[in-house]
Amino acid sequence: MKIKIFLTIFFISFNLNLGSNEPIVESKIHKNLRCLVCQGQSIADSNSDFAITLKMVVKDLIKDGKSEDEIYDFLSEKYGDWILYNPKLNAGNLLLWSLPYLVLVFGGVIIVFLIRKQSKKT
Amino acid sequence: MQKIIKITIIFLLIFILGIFFLSLNKSSNYNTEFLVGNKLGEIELVSFEDDSVYTNDDFKNNSFTLINFWASWCAPCRIEHPQLMELSKENNIKILGVNFKDKKINALKFLKDLGDPYEYLTRDSNGKQSVNFGIYGIPESILIDNKLTIIKKFVGPLTKHDLNNIIEIINNL
Repeated sequence: MKIKIFLTIFFISFNLNLGSNEPIVESKIHKNLRCLVCQGQSIADSNSDFAITLKMVVKDLIKDGKSEDEIYDFLSEKYGDWILYNPKLNAGNLLLWSLPYLVLVFGGVIIVFLIRKQSKKT
Repeated sequence: MQKIIKITIIFLLIFILGIFFLSLNKSSNYNTEFLVGNKLGEIELVSFEDDSVYTNDDFKNNSFTLINFWASWCAPCRIEHPQLMELSKENNIKILGVNFKDKKINALKFLKDLGDPYEYLTRDSNGKQSVNFGIYGIPESILIDNKLTIIKKFVGPLTKHDLNNIIEIINNL
């Protein structure tokens, strides 16, 4: 009996989760899209005409079965990578993406060097 | 090793200063000029008068088409209108007007008062079609050739200089 109750609750919660999946994706997409006519706002934070239109277009694209990446590709084709807060890796922003890792590696090398130097002294 | 670290730190400082210098001297105004040279996607614009739809095929026979996004509530659209009227007199260009988020009665009054330069008049009542053209405000105009390649994009009202520029392009290409 307990197992039956557990399974029923499990499947109901699973279905509820599936049902609420779309709004979560939609708001996530909104947060990654820059409102081009606003000052430093995503379309999620803006009620401008442009943001409202873009929200409608995103809703339509989700209804058409487009994935998150396909929606970003479509909009960056129309408005450039500037519309994305989190643009994909490409030749133009390779340095931007790789610089933190390079700094991390370089910092690691310096730390190792300093530790070795310190241990040699002692 | 210490020498390498010093050189690297100096290099990093120069690099950061370089980035600052380039960024401060770069125009921060967003534009969609990167669209020039691209082909237009699938056009599906609903006629202003009825529910018929204009598609890419309707514009392939024109040497040039200027797609103009406008509305009666848009003050800069009034400023650019004389330029559009002037351009409509040219033979090898046709103007496609896209009435953007507007009321039909107001749009008709606008055209009655200022003149109708449009060979084709369509409507984009909710603005969704404008996204297909990379529009983010009006007025905006896109000059395309018969292969539907974007020749030039005009953000903001067309000026006399823009008008001369368009006439030069359509008569020389």
